[in-house]
Amino acid sequence: LRKNLEDFTGPRERSDLGFVTFDITADILNGKKCIFDWNVKQLFLYLSAEYSTKNNALNQVVLWDKVMLRGDNPKLFLKDMKSKYFFFDDGNGLKGNRNVTLTLSWNVVPNAGILPLVTGSGHVSVPFPDTYETTKSY
Amino acid sequence: CRGSAMDLFGDLRRMNKRQLYYQVLNFAMIVSSALMIWKGLIVVTGSESPIVVVLSGSMEPAFHRGDLLFLTNFHDDPIRAGEIVVFKVEGRDIPIVHRVIKVHEKGNGNIKFLTKGDNNEVDDRGLYKEGQNWLEKKDVVGRARGFLPYVGMVTIIMNDYPKFKYALLAVMGAYVLLKRES
Repeated sequence: LRKNLEDFTGPRERSDLGFVTFDITADILNGKKCIFDWNVKQLFLYLSAEYSTKNNALNQVVLWDKVMLRGDNPKLFLKDMKSKYFFFDDGNGLKGNRNVTLTLSWNVVPNAGILPLVTGSGHVSVPFPDTYETTKSY
Repeated sequence: CRGSAMDLFGDLRRMNKRQLYYQVLNFAMIVSSALMIWKGLIVVTGSESPIVVVLSGSMEPAFHRGDLLFLTNFHDDPIRAGEIVVFKVEGRDIPIVHRVIKVHEKGNGNIKFLTKGDNNEVDDRGLYKEGQNWLEKKDVVGRARGFLPYVGMVTIIMNDYPKFKYALLAVMGAYVLLKRES
């Protein structure tokens, strides 16, 4: 699972807003078996950013999500994706934050039964710059 | 052979008071046991409503109207992005089943989070109370841990067609009261 990205931040009102572009290369498996067994109806995949700020000990923001139905290819090869949702911080904790971690996780939706949340192995750290972008080039 | 309606009247006349009371007690026991099981589930899961029916299509294609969800609400379970929570907006009775997309947790354990239905374009801020931007732990009824498709449709039909509900109750009541132990 590998992701590369570039980013810059811009203030909106009084909260930091981060912009992230990313690539996702992933192969979703269940241990060594195919993830789509007889009782898996679909997967809900989501890319979340997790980080700490002065304001909040833990922050998690979902940047992107996708429904993967049974029958779809479990291998993902996405490039230059923009985040689906605005990456607002609760405060100004993105500026200069070197420790924002992106992980890919998924919710297994069975035909009937338990609904587990699984986090993929592999994650990437996104360091945010110390200054705000003033030109809108996103 | 006599018709079934005649049989029914025959049964009723033959039943004396003692048998009637016995049947009523039987019925009451069944109802009490069901209630006890429900209360037991509330205690074991920590949720005030451990089984809920999905009422809208806002979580499709994962859940559809009529699906049944099983919830837990353990106090020590942290709320994390990606989890499916059932919550109630302050002042409203209807539980909503959506996914957590943002979490901000302070060092002292204070959590505020934002939800969104998978099938909705926008987050749930429009559903919250006027001026409310975040949900808190107290708004949570439970976390969805398991699900059964279609089974909850019975509840929805009973809600939308009250005559069906009464007919069902009448049939169940008649069966229990008239069933005779051999």
